[in-house]
Amino acid sequence: MTAGTVQVPSLIEQFERGLDAPICLTWELTYACNLACVHCLSSSGRRDPGELTTRQCMDIIDELERMQVFYVNIGGGEPTVRPDFWELVDYATAHHVGVKFSTNGVRITPEIAARLAASDYVDVQISLDGANAEVNDAVRGPGSFAMAIRALENLSAADFRDAKISVVMTRHNVDQLDEFAAMAARYGATLRITRLRPSGRGADVWDELHPTAEQQVQLYDWLVDHGERVLTGDSFFHLSALGAPGALAGLNMCGAGRVVCLIDPVGDVYACPFAIHTRFRAGNVLSDGGFDNIWKNAPLFLELREPQSAGACASCGHFDGCRGGCMAAKFFTGLPLAGPDPECVQGYGVTALARDRNTPRPTGDHSRSRAIPLRLITTPPARPCNESPV
Amino acid sequence: MPEPFDPARSWRLHPQVAVRPEPFGALLYHFGTRKLSFLKNRTMLAVLDALGKHADARSACRAAGVADDQEEPYLRALGMLAASNMLVPR
Repeated sequence: MTAGTVQVPSLIEQFERGLDAPICLTWELTYACNLACVHCLSSSGRRDPGELTTRQCMDIIDELERMQVFYVNIGGGEPTVRPDFWELVDYATAHHVGVKFSTNGVRITPEIAARLAASDYVDVQISLDGANAEVNDAVRGPGSFAMAIRALENLSAADFRDAKISVVMTRHNVDQLDEFAAMAARYGATLRITRLRPSGRGADVWDELHPTAEQQVQLYDWLVDHGERVLTGDSFFHLSALGAPGALAGLNMCGAGRVVCLIDPVGDVYACPFAIHTRFRAGNVLSDGGFDNIWKNAPLFLELREPQSAGACASCGHFDGCRGGCMAAKFFTGLPLAGPDPECVQGYGVTALARDRNTPRPTGDHSRSRAIPLRLITTPPARPCNESPV
Repeated sequence: MPEPFDPARSWRLHPQVAVRPEPFGALLYHFGTRKLSFLKNRTMLAVLDALGKHADARSACRAAGVADDQEEPYLRALGMLAASNMLVPR
């Protein structure tokens, strides 16, 4: 990111007071998914019966165009399983809202890849959480590595330039960073790595999967060395206290409700993609006067744009670097929001985690196996797809 | 490759760049390079608005109310925008 002219206060301080429209808007189009990743942020699996219709999605896009939201990050669930997905992508780009979408690759056929390569306004992000099938499939499910690689091959063969390979960093793939970078180079893609959050089903596996303290340092060092060529969604700002201010590229702050937010498949607006919980629900686009009104006036968002208490972190010399870390990571591990991040690099998170704490119960779960533990089928389905979520 | 920035030439925003005014200045987004930039004050936004209507970058600064002895940071910022292809010669 480049900057204009000199002026105080800093951009971070400006951003903490909020913007007229989000810079980075995530829109989960569906909770339906063909996979069941163990760390799914949105606990996806089954389609929600209240999912926004095509018309309702188009109305949101019209509003985003009026607000000059430059692009949306579309995810899910697996967004491409919505029958109107490509129609919505075309509608958005025709209305000056660029699209970056995340996919596990299930629908990225050679034909779709060619179609994507023809548009300047669509960016594709393939999710992959291991540099080989063994590490990846343990998290994302059997066959998911092969599916992602096939999608990357199809994109590359269609001459789609600069796809993103999106990796959630876990204890089992930090050692594979160089392999991921090589893989990105092989497909003419860019590597994007993000932080594992204890959100959604991630709460169940966070203890075993989040990188160890040594691995956080390893990750930080790797980022400082390779930061210019690697995207991070600015998600590792909790690590910035490991080095000199500014050593870590990107905007090192929590943007929840200030510069980022999430619209979920039923139109609920949350402060950030990692905070799908009623505590961070600002409103619903259908029942609360539209997205623009929620963004500008929701009490939750106005509260987040007020100066936040640093709490237990106030006396820490690194607060200016990490700014207390990730709100969602604290919330879902049962830590106070005014206090250290569970992965605080000064070790205060470990101490805080050792104390008595109540982790919040999830308030939305579309997982397949949990929601429908048992189901008796007395007659065979008319068509195989009637039994498939996609 | 972006053209080296010459303040004596006439410049304009790249046609794929969108500008969103904000209380602190403005956000710029380039749909081609998918890069985001920030203008840190409203004067800089006025300079950009004036660019397309003036024969060169210096007169655009004047039109936006930037005096001769204050133009240096504005020209430098325009240079950064030209280097990232946000501005192109007219």
